[in-house]
Amino acid sequence: MRFSGWRVLREGLTGNKGWRPHWRDPEPKSEYDVVIIGGGGHGLATAYYLAKEHGITNVAVLEKGYLGGGNVGRNTTIVRANYYLPGNSEFYSHSLRLWEGMEQDLNYNAMMSQRGIINLFHNDGQRDAAVRRGNSIVNQGDDAEILSREQVRELAPFLNFENNRFPIMGGLMQRRAGTARHDAVAWGFARGADMRGVDLIQNCEVTGIDVENGKVVGVQTARGPIRAKKVALAAAGRSGQVAAMAGLTLPIESHVLQAFVSEGLKPIVDHVITFAEGHLYISQSDKGGLVFGSYLDFYSSYAARGNLPMAEHTMESFVAMVPAVSKARLLRSWGGIMDMTPDGSPIIDHSPIDGLYLNCGWCYGGFKATPGSGSVYAHLIATDRPHGAATRFKLDRFRSGVGLMDEEGAGAQHNLH
Amino acid sequence: MRITCPLCGERDRREFYYKGAALVRPAEGADLDAWHEYVNLRENPAGPLDELWYHEMGCNSWLKVTRDTATHEILAVQLASEAGLGGEK
Repeated sequence: MRFSGWRVLREGLTGNKGWRPHWRDPEPKSEYDVVIIGGGGHGLATAYYLAKEHGITNVAVLEKGYLGGGNVGRNTTIVRANYYLPGNSEFYSHSLRLWEGMEQDLNYNAMMSQRGIINLFHNDGQRDAAVRRGNSIVNQGDDAEILSREQVRELAPFLNFENNRFPIMGGLMQRRAGTARHDAVAWGFARGADMRGVDLIQNCEVTGIDVENGKVVGVQTARGPIRAKKVALAAAGRSGQVAAMAGLTLPIESHVLQAFVSEGLKPIVDHVITFAEGHLYISQSDKGGLVFGSYLDFYSSYAARGNLPMAEHTMESFVAMVPAVSKARLLRSWGGIMDMTPDGSPIIDHSPIDGLYLNCGWCYGGFKATPGSGSVYAHLIATDRPHGAATRFKLDRFRSGVGLMDEEGAGAQHNLH
Repeated sequence: MRITCPLCGERDRREFYYKGAALVRPAEGADLDAWHEYVNLRENPAGPLDELWYHEMGCNSWLKVTRDTATHEILAVQLASEAGLGGEK
């Protein structure tokens, strides 16, 4: 089934009776070349690129719940490539380029909206850091520009320019950044993978990983054992539990990050805007809701909901920066389970077990990485060599201390990112 | 989330700083793997976990808190000094 404007028109005129499910609901086979554990954004994107770029289609994606029910459906939908350190920089650049061609590639409307991101700065030190990061982004081949206070005011007049404690001195803007419809990203990759022969198997929790003589041979699942030549983890916040099935302990703590949506309002926020005070980030969805969040709650959690102190802090920051929103009502909030590494950067690497691959540690940055992660992970699984855009996401950097990527300069320790 | 400090009673989460899993520090001359395990590797369970919390805005005690990471329920609180967490492994 191919989507087009003509198709929408035809279906609209004939009672919308021609639409079909976007993917099959297959029974698991007894053996696959590759089994991917986790049917979220990264797992589905990996399956898609394995099939499309590497011709490996005897693949199953095993999902314990429903496709896209994890973090790909629990984020603030922001897409950007404004990282600073080598390692992260080229990876997110690669990912943003894939985002830009993704809808055409998948023939699926992911509502990719390159509305631009503005990182505000409030003092000289932050401005210097923004200029330095902007130069780094330009060097990686992406766009960045420094906006003056007046340029920011023109784009976002609703910001509080009278705040004496956190005056807005300007912003670092990346115009190619923006937002995408998160669910549609998962569905688009799912459909693309399914069309190329990948089996997407839902309600199929993995309960064990079979290892013989240091080599992975398959998995145990709620729907029976499945043999596999290669097994690839893409379990986000649950990576620790899945890795434990293979006897591995990861350098990961799972924390909760909250996000919030206001009631639907008329268009006011045209961009993604972040405040350097309190880590706040905001955007406005196409339905009109203001989507925003700030810090982690800073304690280990699998509850998928947070506590009130961080909710209060987030609201305070928002009202301090945009006084007008004090009259808006909060519609809902939720928490995502973040797989936090000590240095705040991810792991895409071989595991110590032959044929078992790791893709985890996305911290709070997994959504923007979705196509990039899928593409480089598929490359690693297919060729056993890291993709050129992901050579530094090594597991052993934590043990050796060599190649740590601490983007914030906070120190490579748990609970600092 | 409220934590009952053994010295101060039940207090708001905001009074406490979270350190993480309650692990015993390796001896100074311990090998790299022991330090790697202590600094980086985590069991990261979805369920009861022994943690270190610091009562920063109260009595300044380090606490060993047993907390369910799946529900946020506080199961037990003890002074770290009485929990055998000081010193080296």
